[in-house]
Amino acid sequence: MAGEETKHLPLEDLHQKAGARFGAFAGWSMPLTYPAGVMKEHQHTREHVGVFDISHMKLIELSGGGAGALLDRACPLDAAALPLLQSKYSFLLNDAAGILDDVIVTRLGDDRFMLVANAGNAAEDEAHLRRLAEGLDVTVNPLDRVFLAIQGPEAEAALNKAGIATEGLSFMHGTEPRADWFLTRSGYTGEDGFEIGLPEKDARELLEKLFADERVMWVGLAARDSLRLEAGLCLHGNDITPDTNPVDAGLMWAVPKSLRAEGRFAGADALRALIARGAVEKRVGLKPEGRQPVRAGAALFDADGNEAGRITSGGFGPSAGHPVAMGYVPAALAANGTRLYADVRGTKVPVDVHALPFTPHRYRKG
Amino acid sequence: MATTYYTEDHEWLRVEGDVATVGITDYAQEQLGDLVFVELPETGKSLSKGDTAVVVESVKAASDVYAPVDGEVTEANETLSSDPALVNSAATGDGWLWKMKLSDKSQLDGLMDEAAYNAHIG
Repeated sequence: MAGEETKHLPLEDLHQKAGARFGAFAGWSMPLTYPAGVMKEHQHTREHVGVFDISHMKLIELSGGGAGALLDRACPLDAAALPLLQSKYSFLLNDAAGILDDVIVTRLGDDRFMLVANAGNAAEDEAHLRRLAEGLDVTVNPLDRVFLAIQGPEAEAALNKAGIATEGLSFMHGTEPRADWFLTRSGYTGEDGFEIGLPEKDARELLEKLFADERVMWVGLAARDSLRLEAGLCLHGNDITPDTNPVDAGLMWAVPKSLRAEGRFAGADALRALIARGAVEKRVGLKPEGRQPVRAGAALFDADGNEAGRITSGGFGPSAGHPVAMGYVPAALAANGTRLYADVRGTKVPVDVHALPFTPHRYRKG
Repeated sequence: MATTYYTEDHEWLRVEGDVATVGITDYAQEQLGDLVFVELPETGKSLSKGDTAVVVESVKAASDVYAPVDGEVTEANETLSSDPALVNSAATGDGWLWKMKLSDKSQLDGLMDEAAYNAHIG
């Protein structure tokens, strides 16, 4: 992002009023924490409702007779088989099957889809989609929206009280309840929850209603990170990158079986070769012994001192009550319980391969 | 009678005789957020001004706390091993980090008093 101007959220004034501490993320000035602090914000989301401003992420609408064909080119996704209003986790891959971005695609009509892209990749994703769209009848339309995540076991009740109907919407489904609104039941916390894209004016009105409810709390990026890490969800740029692939990342569940053999999406040939080869390294959960967090970038070693992978995300899990981490280890050392050692400032901290997620998902599958 | 000094790196030193108790200021703990781990120095460790004496870890990041002056560690606040959040709740009291025997008391002359520190953080 060097040389580019920092981008500001449309609702920055509301965060300032709420006492947010800001920090840079993916070229944006983002609320990291509010006065409650990361611990309370994290736990409040697991117990009640946390509201996150995720307007740095981009909604890209794909419409036209060739929209499905574009998705078939761009993602390991069978667009024609995606039922109306259903969402699917997928990827944009490079020619080596490296992960350019992870995205959520929702079918909104016969020839209309919504794709949600990560902030740091949005501009490149759009350019990538436009290149792949050549010769197809499709409009790639990045939308100007406020995007909010409303997460936690009481998210549905809080939204209903604020006048937003969510009945019949089950996890990984999306609708358009009003003009220029996009509402999905999904999230990045492991809890039940919703993400809602809407015009700024509507967002301000909705937030006023939501915050009249004492169950609702602003939650910053710091707790968003600890929540998703406990939930075992990948952060693009850390846990998945253009240099990692869905096979090693353990994300092949997102690739339909029919497409593994026959798909024509970008990166398909390379992905087939990786499937035939099998995972060389595997993305795993890692639980450090004791209280000391082990952070992204730390090298891993086996008991004999041989290099054994790396930490890609790490921190403290407020709900888990202990440090939590994620990383890549050689496939032979990926079994749960395998003892490895992370180098933290010259000290070898014992870490055990641990099942993901660290805290159970509580999605409402309807 | 103890005298308290402050550094530009948001540490405080309470000096009695030739021993200083060192901690981080309330401003610093607020900036760091909820602490989950404090890596303490070993007793007897010799520190030069500017050495990393302690690492404080929040949920999100690790930050170094530097030795404000030269000296030898005489005690670390072991309570923080089980209760690192004490630094947040009592930064200038029970949340102290370590005690050190000063090798050169003249180094204290370069530090700030409370009024100067308050002006420093604005």
